[in-house]
Amino acid sequence: MYQGQPIAVVVAESESEARHAAARVKVDYRELPSVFDAREAHRQGLHIAPPRIFSLGDVEQAWQTCDVIVEGRTQSGAQEHVYLETQTALVYPLENGGLRVVSATQSPGMVQRIIARVLKLAMTQVEVDVLRLGGGFGGKEEQATTWAAIAALAASRVQRPVKIRLSRSDDMRWTGKRHPYDADFKIGLDCSGKILAYEVSFYQNAGAVADLSLAILERTLFHASNSYFIPNVRATAVSCRTHLPPNTAFRGFGGPQAMFVLEAAIFKAAAALQIDAAEIQRLNLLQEGQAFPYGMPATECRAGLCWERLQEKHALSRRQQAIDDFNASHRLEKKALALMPICFGISFTATFLNQAGALVHVYADGSVDVSCGAVEMGQGVKQKIRNIVALTFSIASDRVKVESTNTSRIANMSPTAASVGADLNGQAALAACRQILQGLKRVAAGLLEIEAEVDKIGIEQERVYFNGQPTTIGWNQLISEAYLSRTALSAHAHYATPGVYFDRSKEQGRPFAYHVYGCAAIEVTVDCLRGIYRIDEVVIVHDGGKSLAPEVDLGQVEGGLMQGLGWMTIEDIRHDSQGRLLNDTLTAYKIPDIHFAPEINVEFLAKDNPAAILHSKAVGEPPFMYGIGVYFALVKAIQTFNPAFEPEFSAPMTPEKVLLALYSET
Amino acid sequence: MTRLVLNRQLIEDHANPATVVLDLIRQRQGLTGTKDVCREGDCGACQVLLGSMRGGRLRYQAVNACLLPLGAIDACHVVTVEGLNGESLNPLQRALVDCGAIQCGFCTPSLMMALTGFFLNAETSNEQAAIDAVAGNLCRCTGYAGIKRAITRLCRQFDLAGSPPERRIDNLVHWQILPAYFSGIAEKLSAIAPRDAVEQSPDAVLVGGGTDLWATRPHWLHTQSLAFLSDSADGVRFDANDCIVDAAVTIEQLRTSKLFRQLFPSVTQDFELICSAPVRARATVGGNLINASPIADLAVFFLALNARLLLVSHDASRTVSLKDFFRGYKQIDLQSGERLQAIHFNRTAAQGFSYEKVSMRRHLDIAAVNSALGIEHADGRIVTARLSAGGVAPVPFYFEKTCAYLQDKSIAPATVLAAADIARHEIAPISDLRGSAEYKRLLLRQLIFAHFMKLFPEVIRWEQLHARQ
Repeated sequence: MYQGQPIAVVVAESESEARHAAARVKVDYRELPSVFDAREAHRQGLHIAPPRIFSLGDVEQAWQTCDVIVEGRTQSGAQEHVYLETQTALVYPLENGGLRVVSATQSPGMVQRIIARVLKLAMTQVEVDVLRLGGGFGGKEEQATTWAAIAALAASRVQRPVKIRLSRSDDMRWTGKRHPYDADFKIGLDCSGKILAYEVSFYQNAGAVADLSLAILERTLFHASNSYFIPNVRATAVSCRTHLPPNTAFRGFGGPQAMFVLEAAIFKAAAALQIDAAEIQRLNLLQEGQAFPYGMPATECRAGLCWERLQEKHALSRRQQAIDDFNASHRLEKKALALMPICFGISFTATFLNQAGALVHVYADGSVDVSCGAVEMGQGVKQKIRNIVALTFSIASDRVKVESTNTSRIANMSPTAASVGADLNGQAALAACRQILQGLKRVAAGLLEIEAEVDKIGIEQERVYFNGQPTTIGWNQLISEAYLSRTALSAHAHYATPGVYFDRSKEQGRPFAYHVYGCAAIEVTVDCLRGIYRIDEVVIVHDGGKSLAPEVDLGQVEGGLMQGLGWMTIEDIRHDSQGRLLNDTLTAYKIPDIHFAPEINVEFLAKDNPAAILHSKAVGEPPFMYGIGVYFALVKAIQTFNPAFEPEFSAPMTPEKVLLALYSET
Repeated sequence: MTRLVLNRQLIEDHANPATVVLDLIRQRQGLTGTKDVCREGDCGACQVLLGSMRGGRLRYQAVNACLLPLGAIDACHVVTVEGLNGESLNPLQRALVDCGAIQCGFCTPSLMMALTGFFLNAETSNEQAAIDAVAGNLCRCTGYAGIKRAITRLCRQFDLAGSPPERRIDNLVHWQILPAYFSGIAEKLSAIAPRDAVEQSPDAVLVGGGTDLWATRPHWLHTQSLAFLSDSADGVRFDANDCIVDAAVTIEQLRTSKLFRQLFPSVTQDFELICSAPVRARATVGGNLINASPIADLAVFFLALNARLLLVSHDASRTVSLKDFFRGYKQIDLQSGERLQAIHFNRTAAQGFSYEKVSMRRHLDIAAVNSALGIEHADGRIVTARLSAGGVAPVPFYFEKTCAYLQDKSIAPATVLAAADIARHEIAPISDLRGSAEYKRLLLRQLIFAHFMKLFPEVIRWEQLHARQ
């Protein structure tokens, strides 16, 4: 059980009637012991599953060779998704007991499967349709399902259309958030700053049931060493069962929590070695061919390239000098700069999810209709799919329509998550287009009476080309002829990411198709009189591949960064001793506003990426983790004012913590 | 019955006057471009433009439809995004699309309303002012960078300085920012006959802007008789040595009042922290005082001005000092049948005045601690001092003992340190969502330092305060 668990559903003619009736429900209950803290749950042996351990080399032996070893603890807080559209679903009863479900979900396939299970229907009886979401960020990957199933249950009982929509505070109180993590770390280095060994234990606060916690925990382990090579690693992670609503996917999916701990360890080690944390970061960046703790070697590794490009192009040493000068001449305002390198693996770590289907129709008028398993939630996946289809047929993109995501058109779809919506569904759409193109080329060859030379036919800018020369046949004529000659103008294709696998008995494998790298420089100014701060500017070099839609990718980097900055600074989820959420409104839970937003300057490395469609790279999640740097920038600025301050590595770094730190005496 | 023009059409609606415009638009009119997200004025996703005839001219403001009761919009023009749409994207929509200001799209319609509101009202195409105009619109997707790019482009594209207020609507129609039907709205509104005055029930709930009432008690209001105050015509005025602020003045009217800016040169920036443009457009000064929240921004402001409240009933009136008005947590000295008419303070109190506010998010957030200090001084000595703070007591707090101590003291670091120490013992903050008691005590001290450092930068310097602690 958890605080906020739904136990009854009231169905009424109007929302206000339903709310009035629900308020009259009397519940007999008695209180049982409860726990809301991960470490306490761990102490009581309350686990979702046994711990997992990733290891590389031999940590125990490595400690002997270290010049300095530091240990510590960290905490990172929960984060509310604040998708502007709250959880919602609308269900229409159909003939023969079937249902049509319009759901705000990232997982139409999951909603279909669960409703079928709840109502004992065949999956053919449940059609789920998703046009687009008012934001998802992971919060509607698993957790849209409950509400859709409740509406489906009600609609099937009353045989009337039923809509459910959570109010903002219902949504905040009843749905899961980013997992809070506690961690213990121990890090050993030689005197130059080279990391020799790293040991870390993660305590994940899962909430009451598993949800996606174990997959998130696994990704925490995958990213325990972030963008660094560490020869000896032992990372342990355990998912702790508490009485909070089940925590769930949120952009980064356990990766940010892991990276925060390692950055804290590096920061503390830098203090012990009396060198700049950036020196340790630089010295230990992953290089081509070095292995991650799960055995996969880093290939096309751009950790160093992003770092150097950021240093050079954005003149970080000059920037640092300007900061030092500012600090020397300002008693009550202190600036600091922190760097944040990132490395994020792309693919679902549950290997079977790395598949997708697409269905392409070319209509007789030459317009093209695409269905696939990707849900649009603001990440621009439809724009990317549209560009892929327009590019593949070489037609104007306004001929292409990307349809709603619908389980009747695409079966067994994976959730739109793990940043791979465009990667997987784009490949499937590309394959479907190529099937149709083959038929079209045969038709063109027939029209040109050159059947034997069909491989010399191409289409460019809506015109048939032969041997590189334009012909008189345009797109519309070609399609019309294809139809009249009874050629297939529809195709379905399936794609499965090649070469990904993971052996959980050994905790080794190649779970990712590729990695995304990047580095951010974050500059802050702290008002040391009031304890308030401003994030001045964030400069990013991002390893973006050949973009499928440059304006979309830029927006993903900027938006992901902002959520990361919010997580580290002002987004502070608070519960009372009974696990009740205290800040269950947008008055009390503050997300970044336009005044909070820093200047953001992004440079993309537009390098080839043979591992993804048209050499692009996934972009949704990685930029979130740039935000982690702001914590360390704030700590540096505080220490400039108050050298006695020793950080507790407890995020978010709220203005309260900043002021208390500025005037702390130990 | 409420009569209004909704986009292009005159409509009449018989719903309870407590019904909010958001529900009228979405549920009764089926216009779903306006989004229902937080219902307390924090996210701005339900913003609409509210137009009415004032001073013989049609004027618009972007307001939050979730906090706007039907009873307050009789004979007004309500514009939703559907009322801005034409056959193709207008230049504002085009800029949002081109500059990456849109991801999931849920905040976009209201962003359109806020931007259109800016173009209707701004004197010049100033980017910072445009950013303030959209600061009440939360976006979780874009990181605001695309929105800023769109604003930069639009401010360069359209020069508002050349468009006088009386021609603005026609200019915006010409620029295709507004559809052509806007040119006929003034006539349509003028044709709506004024309502007959109705006798108000003596225990009717007085509604100013309604921004707090509808955020906290929307259901209760449906069961009450409501009396809607009309817009303040008086606003801010000077009478001999007094400044008189009409209780029905909105925060935006106060912020932009020329007289008030004369007295408080930093008021434009100080009040930007208080609430977003669409809330400032509705929330009244009187409402903020009557609400009596312990962190009421304006209560703290006026306490340090030693303000007096003019309370009137149908047959009498009396004046009460603001510091005596707050009796306990959300308890005020207001009798049944009485209402707050105006706030008076002596203009000399505005000399030597400082306002400070610290909250989790710098802008548009509830204060952890806010504070104001007013000081009259001569020859390096304090004649009188008035210090107030919110978030440190069950009421907006006036520091009697600290003020008594400060009287006739020299303006010196030792005085400030002693005052901060006395203030610290006058308060009893509690640990809550806004911060721990320890934090609030420390923060109050810092804000007292900040007041003195701002007011007397030559005499009170940080080094001296810091060294002596």
